[in-house]
Amino acid sequence: MNNEEINKEMKELLKQSVAPAKDTELRRDLWPQILRKLDEQPLPASSVPWFDWALAAILTAVLILFPGSIPALLYHL
Amino acid sequence: MELLERFAAGDLEAFEVLFRQHQKEVYAWIVRIVRDTGIAEDLTVETFWRTYKHRSQFRPDGSFRAWARRIATNASLDHLRHARQEVTLPENLACTTSPDGAVRQETRNQISKAFHELPAKYRLVATLALVEEESYNNIAQAVGISESLVKVRVFRAVRILRKKLNSLGIEANPK
Repeated sequence: MNNEEINKEMKELLKQSVAPAKDTELRRDLWPQILRKLDEQPLPASSVPWFDWALAAILTAVLILFPGSIPALLYHL
Repeated sequence: MELLERFAAGDLEAFEVLFRQHQKEVYAWIVRIVRDTGIAEDLTVETFWRTYKHRSQFRPDGSFRAWARRIATNASLDHLRHARQEVTLPENLACTTSPDGAVRQETRNQISKAFHELPAKYRLVATLALVEEESYNNIAQAVGISESLVKVRVFRAVRILRKKLNSLGIEANPK
């Protein structure tokens, strides 16, 4: 028996046990809940990705540990 | 400025327009995965909350529908991972057509239990592919994996289910 046939058998078994969702209609507007959530958890004005902070930290560490690299960095800027 | 650009820039009115355009579709997608109307409503709110929170990552030349569906799928998957208890399908959600009687109620309950015990990532694709008969391509796009990986996950879900059912004395492949 190949995969397709096995899937078909299992599909039939499942359909008798786990019925497909029939009523999937949303019955109310959820926008008020979004507004409530926005009030409860205001978003930060600007979000900086974590890897930008990591890059900044690495650069700062390099400049502190190797001050000789500052002129080279300035030259390349 | 276009609607999607305004949304990406943080315009709340643009977000509301997009929300009203897509909330029904996102809810319908989620309810087919989690199979509980109350949870689906919460996850729909969570999905749009995430879209607004990460709006700066949205490319205005892309499809908001596809992006929202992917976030909805991830939110649903998070829910399946954390909800360990068996979800009972409400009466009004199930198909009203009666089964052909080939499988007894007790056996159906055991199959349903085994299905709900599947690991979340297998249960998600198995629900969509085997129960809801969604195309592999649509599932792949929503989950963010390749179509062949969807097939692999469905295959593994079926294998786990067969093993469990066989251990319960239920013949998954009667032929």
